[in-house]
Amino acid sequence: MEEKQIHDDLASIRSLMERSSKFISLSGLSGVLAGVYALIGVCIIYFKLSGANTAYSVIPGWHTIIYYLPSSTIWIAIGVLIASVVTCVVLSTYKAKRKGQQVWGPASKALLFNISVPLLAGGLFIIILLGRGIFEFVIPSSLIFYGLALVSASNYTFGVVKYLGILQIALGLIAALLPGYGLLLWALGFGVLHIVYGSIMYFKYGG
Amino acid sequence: MAAKNPFENLDKAFENRVRLQIMSVLVANERYDFNSLKELLSITDGNLASHLKALEKDEYIVVNKTFVGRKPNTNYAATEKGKKAFKQHIDALDQFLKLQRGK
Repeated sequence: MEEKQIHDDLASIRSLMERSSKFISLSGLSGVLAGVYALIGVCIIYFKLSGANTAYSVIPGWHTIIYYLPSSTIWIAIGVLIASVVTCVVLSTYKAKRKGQQVWGPASKALLFNISVPLLAGGLFIIILLGRGIFEFVIPSSLIFYGLALVSASNYTFGVVKYLGILQIALGLIAALLPGYGLLLWALGFGVLHIVYGSIMYFKYGG
Repeated sequence: MAAKNPFENLDKAFENRVRLQIMSVLVANERYDFNSLKELLSITDGNLASHLKALEKDEYIVVNKTFVGRKPNTNYAATEKGKKAFKQHIDALDQFLKLQRGK
């Protein structure tokens, strides 16, 4: 057996093991865009809250204590979520086609399942919090559950997703300790971190 | 001490590259279905089926047939025996490369 042939065999095995178990068409660009949507969303919420409405009290600056969460805030958050998911699906499908990779295979199914379980649990938990009027834990919960979803999904895609998840969990815990800074931490987690990690993925893995 | 001939540990079943590729996918994943395997390796139905049959005969993989709605869905999984054989084969290849470099 030729030495070069063995090298080729081993390289092909390594790449197959990687490609078959991980969804490597996740679009970094969609991460950047999701971060931009989140920052726009946070800005809209911030300026709405600063509108000095009597329903909630606002201390100037970022220290915004939300006693009452206006439903518009929830709709903006849901809007950001939907726009981000659609962008991610469209751009990842495009990237997979461009690279000749499978879009809907065992790897993407495992990725979706592992991201859905913590995300659905978190979504339901937040609905319960809203229903019971415990608003100060809405932002921390969203960051913590999203971070858990990323960590759980990270085995099925790029490894950097795990670190993004851990940082989101950390921000969520900080948000729980400092309820006044929820909006700022939301902007950091869903906005800045997405842009940073999206760029890393974009430049490291192309697209 | 004379170095052990690494070729003794090479597995006849994996002399064929497609079989080695199938096995590497099944070792990295709990299970894999026929169509995804076909797409991943970009080979024909007949070619894949014959290699799967050979691996099944060696008891390196097991077949699990289920239905998704009315469409049949055939899943494959590596057996313990298959995983062990695969690891031994890869180790032998590594060993061989090390010997080559030592020369």
